[in-house]
Amino acid sequence: MDIELITNVLFAMVRSGTPLLLVALGEVVCEKSGVLNLGQEGMMLMGAVTGFIVSFSTGNLALGVIAGMAAGIAMSVLFGALALGLRANQVATGLALTIFGAGLSAFVGTAYVGKPLTGIEALHIPLLADIPVLGPVLFQQDPLVYIALMILAAVWLFFRFSRPGLMVKAIGENPESATALGLPVLTVRWLAVMFGGAMAGLGGAYLSLAYTPLWAEGMTAGRGWIALSLVVFASWRIGRVLLGAWLFGLASIMHLVLQGMGWSISSNLLATLPYLATIVVLVILSSNASRIRMMAPVSLGKPFHPST
Amino acid sequence: MKTLIKKVATAALSAALAASISVTAQAEEKIKVGFVYVGPVGDAGWTYGHDEGRKEMLHKLGDKVEATYVESVPEGADAERVIRKLAQQGHDLIFTTSFGYMNPTLKVAKQFPKVKFNHATGYKRSKNVGTYAARFYEGRYVTGLIAGEMTKSNVIGYVGSFPIPEVVQGINAFTLGLRETNPDAVVKVVWINSWYDPAKEREAAEALIAQGADIINQHTDSPAPVQAAQDKGVLAFGYDTDMSRFGPDAHLSGSLVHWGDYYTDVAESVLNDSWTAKDIWGGIDSGMVKMAPYNKKIPADVVTAAEKARADIATGSLTIFEGPITAQDGSVKVAGGVKLTDGEILSMNWYVEGVEGELPQ
Repeated sequence: MDIELITNVLFAMVRSGTPLLLVALGEVVCEKSGVLNLGQEGMMLMGAVTGFIVSFSTGNLALGVIAGMAAGIAMSVLFGALALGLRANQVATGLALTIFGAGLSAFVGTAYVGKPLTGIEALHIPLLADIPVLGPVLFQQDPLVYIALMILAAVWLFFRFSRPGLMVKAIGENPESATALGLPVLTVRWLAVMFGGAMAGLGGAYLSLAYTPLWAEGMTAGRGWIALSLVVFASWRIGRVLLGAWLFGLASIMHLVLQGMGWSISSNLLATLPYLATIVVLVILSSNASRIRMMAPVSLGKPFHPST
Repeated sequence: MKTLIKKVATAALSAALAASISVTAQAEEKIKVGFVYVGPVGDAGWTYGHDEGRKEMLHKLGDKVEATYVESVPEGADAERVIRKLAQQGHDLIFTTSFGYMNPTLKVAKQFPKVKFNHATGYKRSKNVGTYAARFYEGRYVTGLIAGEMTKSNVIGYVGSFPIPEVVQGINAFTLGLRETNPDAVVKVVWINSWYDPAKEREAAEALIAQGADIINQHTDSPAPVQAAQDKGVLAFGYDTDMSRFGPDAHLSGSLVHWGDYYTDVAESVLNDSWTAKDIWGGIDSGMVKMAPYNKKIPADVVTAAEKARADIATGSLTIFEGPITAQDGSVKVAGGVKLTDGEILSMNWYVEGVEGELPQ
């Protein structure tokens, strides 16, 4: 492997990890507040189709990105109404949201299949882009990659240093005590769910506007699910979400690169690497019961009844 | 026993009567043609191509035919329900356009012996089920000839879906064409194990470009590889439909499939009552395989050579899988003057010389 190939591989790793990073960041915030939303794939697809339709009709890519996020939020509001408002089972509601999003996006996107669009172009950051290896890998990407990294930093700072960040964590750990302290459990959970929706919509819009500027039915191809397993892989730590997203991105690139280099490993086997990695992490995490209890938000997935 | 015979006789008589009535009705009225599609009609690929064929048939036969289609029908149990419904609604001719519809088509055909069925890309036939497919590889040979002249790095990247004979034929035909005009060029293949995953297709194309490929060819359904080539400033061949709008600078040409003539012919054979269950494997000669418009970048003499090869394939004076053909390991796979039979082409599971990497078995 020469240096140029390594640079290319790392560049592709950052790119393919970006939608995973966005969606996983949204979900990790959502889960830290104690809400499990399995509807990532559906929200992503709605974000992808809405972003594409708006960009295609208006010719404005930024508007498409915003519309994609709005579509993700709209989907998460639907989830919130059922799971938070009516206290429906979160797992079932999330799964329903995925199925609904897949169907609805296919329906509204029918007329836009096979339409060409000039996608979001790379933005070279002056000076930084000229650093060898690191420059091409990190600073010659498209603007959404930079935005994703900025959101990552913001979320990390939020949980690390801010009082509202602590509030979200407290509510995820023990909503009853949080209520007793006078914290607005439902409001915070609503905001967390909507943030998750916005991030999933953004991740979807990244696919349809930057990564492969086109709309195709089911184009997320399971990336929402990978992002969900990424949250577990990262054991709810923000920094590890980035590590995981890049690792998963690298795994999905490497099985293609290795084939091109003539390795005779089965490509099917290599394609399973991200999932195998998640299973290994799950096994390690759950080998120690107290450790997993330390990691996962305690009230995750449980509906909250203020009265009890 | 007697009553049973009587009953059978009456049933047979009434069936014959009904058949004769429907025949006369057919001669006077128009026929109904049904299409079952695996994807949405706007997929810019496989199903889009079939739907264009349906429209062409309607255009050519005018008010003699009426056509319905059902899109995005999953392969499996749902397909059987859709096909049966079309048969029950009085369709005279039904096209089922995906490999996975094979067994459902045969099952329904058994229950509706008067309805004619044609199943795309399958290998099982019966009295009222014919099959049809296109020799895509013929067009891919022509793209190979062009690639050999256009490559500078002598490395061509090929985004493959599944390592099945249909795809391997295309890789081999392309490589034979490539080495005809450029004996030093090689083909790198990357399998993505999916027919349709735009992001993965793009990643595969980018991985190949990173490894020195300056032309990308594909046997997957989305235009993402062409987009990747456009963005990276290299060249590409599309597939199925004209994908030039996704990469005006990159898109050189592509092997297209054209079903319109075939659908028109089959509908006509039903109209004049000459339909039989045939196995059609059409290529450039039948007009089923065509070339996408050539990019202006391609020098005129290269286009002339490509067009000559296309014409020679059509007349039969050029056979692609004719020896001597050297296999990947350097051994002589097909001796000089020997032509591979259709059966041998349909079960192709080896690479020709010039393809890199091992073929997953």
